[in-house]
Amino acid sequence: MAEVRLEGVSKRFGRIQAIWRLTFEVEDGQFAVILGPTGAGKTTTLRCVAGLERPDEGHIYFDGRCVDGLSPAERDVAFVFQSFALYPRLTVYENIASPLKARGMGRDEIERRVRWAAEVLRISHLLDRMPDQLSGGEMQRVALGRAIVREPNVFLLDEPLSNLDAKLREGMRTELKKLQTDLGATFLYATPDHAEALSMGDKIIVINEGRIHQIGTPQEIYDRPADTFVAYFVGSPGMNLLPCRIISEGDRLFADIGPGAFRVELPPEVKEGLEDATTLGIRAEEVEVSLREERGWLRGRISLVETLGGYNIVEVDLGGIAVKARTDFSFSPPPGAEVWVRFRRDKIRLFDREGRAIPSPAACKAPSNA
Amino acid sequence: MREEKLTALILTVLLSIAAALYLFPVYWMVSTATKTRLDALSIPPKWIYKPTLEHFKAIFSRGSGSSFAHQLLNSFIVSFASTGLVTIFGSLAGYAFSRFPLKAKDDLLFFILSTRMLPPIVVIIPLAVMYRSLGLFDTRLGLIIAYTVFNLSFAVWMMKSFVDEIPKEYEEAAMVDGYSRLRAFLKFVLPEMRTGMVATAIFSLITSWNEFTFALLLTADKARTAPPSIAQSMGVSGTNWGYIAAGSLLLVIPVAAFTFILRKHLLRGFTFGAIKG
Repeated sequence: MAEVRLEGVSKRFGRIQAIWRLTFEVEDGQFAVILGPTGAGKTTTLRCVAGLERPDEGHIYFDGRCVDGLSPAERDVAFVFQSFALYPRLTVYENIASPLKARGMGRDEIERRVRWAAEVLRISHLLDRMPDQLSGGEMQRVALGRAIVREPNVFLLDEPLSNLDAKLREGMRTELKKLQTDLGATFLYATPDHAEALSMGDKIIVINEGRIHQIGTPQEIYDRPADTFVAYFVGSPGMNLLPCRIISEGDRLFADIGPGAFRVELPPEVKEGLEDATTLGIRAEEVEVSLREERGWLRGRISLVETLGGYNIVEVDLGGIAVKARTDFSFSPPPGAEVWVRFRRDKIRLFDREGRAIPSPAACKAPSNA
Repeated sequence: MREEKLTALILTVLLSIAAALYLFPVYWMVSTATKTRLDALSIPPKWIYKPTLEHFKAIFSRGSGSSFAHQLLNSFIVSFASTGLVTIFGSLAGYAFSRFPLKAKDDLLFFILSTRMLPPIVVIIPLAVMYRSLGLFDTRLGLIIAYTVFNLSFAVWMMKSFVDEIPKEYEEAAMVDGYSRLRAFLKFVLPEMRTGMVATAIFSLITSWNEFTFALLLTADKARTAPPSIAQSMGVSGTNWGYIAAGSLLLVIPVAAFTFILRKHLLRGFTFGAIKG
């Protein structure tokens, strides 16, 4: 297994700048997730690492060795495609054996390894089938089998779960993470699903429109988003982002939401660069809602209740500003009901006009695509 | 249930009428080829007659010039050779156009198609002049080259669209697995292209086999193919329809047999996108 490092990697397709000066590294044995919406450049990044695309600029290193000029075969990576790309005319066994055969391995060794991979992925009973006789979940396992059957430098997985139904996806998430831990493998995993990223990744690289927005642990990404894009993209629902202006009264600082709709007092330790703040961010679970009047809380009205099983998401109208809050399943007031709301002060995040966090999260590495 | 039966009945009747309409000229050709000259021209037409093979005998023992059998052989060689070349070049070019980021790709593709826009009769005079000075006039090689060039444009387009339908992940997965691009192409892409290649080959074969203008004007006798020779037998001293029908029948049989043998591929080939979608 290898450590993978990208330095200023850019790729352009015609007029579209797919990725722009991406710099990040994935440590040996780490599960790194590239998280971003469709068209963010996730697949292009993986393809550049695999050698299937040649970057316009920048360098890629495996264990400190530059692999720019190497073909996909020479880079010795495993790639799991979104469409699985199983060879349609080969059986499951032959599909899994293919990378070993290509490298000229002996028949007995191939057999031993294919059987091992099939056992790990619990597909031993499928080895004689053709790809078109498999379900989506089984195809996904075969595609993984083709990847784990040898010991590549890095596993590149391009949205491998997006073709599976929701229930199966959840199960596979746990399995993939376990597989990665057991193999001690370096994974670079692309997904548009923040839940996948948060649950599996040791490190998350959030990208949008080809640029890195933030690199950090799942906790950092979720708690201290570097900008409004990350704040809104990560989490379900995304962070409440409310337009605001900062005003001070003596020692106390307030965010005037709207401005003019309502005020929220800011924690005293927040000082630096505050005058630039134009957006206040707060996660739905950090917004408390009560049906009883509470002193110092804001009064609002329920405009919508979304029932999601274990919890509810309620939308509260606070002086014309909609704020989402996460509540217990039992909390289900009718639309129009009067409620009292409070933001957990220490969980308030502030962003400037460009959408950057104030102060920028110290724990996270600054995006290095300047 | 009754309604379904009625629909089936109406469909059967309609399809039978359509089949009769389509097959009637074929029947006419077969019957004319096997009637005597007198029977063929009798009015009202004779539905029951004593079949004869005299026209076929005449065809294979023609006096002046090369025999029809020889011309049929020319047709065979020229058509199959040009079809082979068209399929090979068309597949390789189609793959390249589909997979590689070529400069001015759209312009090139349009240029290739534009060669098809001129009717053969327009290019035939300069071509005939060139062929004469290059020594290609009245040679099979000359016709093979002409047919290959003429059919290649369509083959490139057709093969490109077939290759477009094959997920490029197949060869990418193969390359990541450790195969070179050429090996990935031969091992994983080519088998998927087979259907498209067969469809292209049939199309190319039919076009070259039936081609008339080039064959008429770029050959004299030695390399002459069957279609212009049939037309030529409409002589000044009246037309021997039985002879022409027999020649036409012989001309139809090989290409019909070829299409029949490969009909599964042909059907799959022409509905490729629909099945995949």
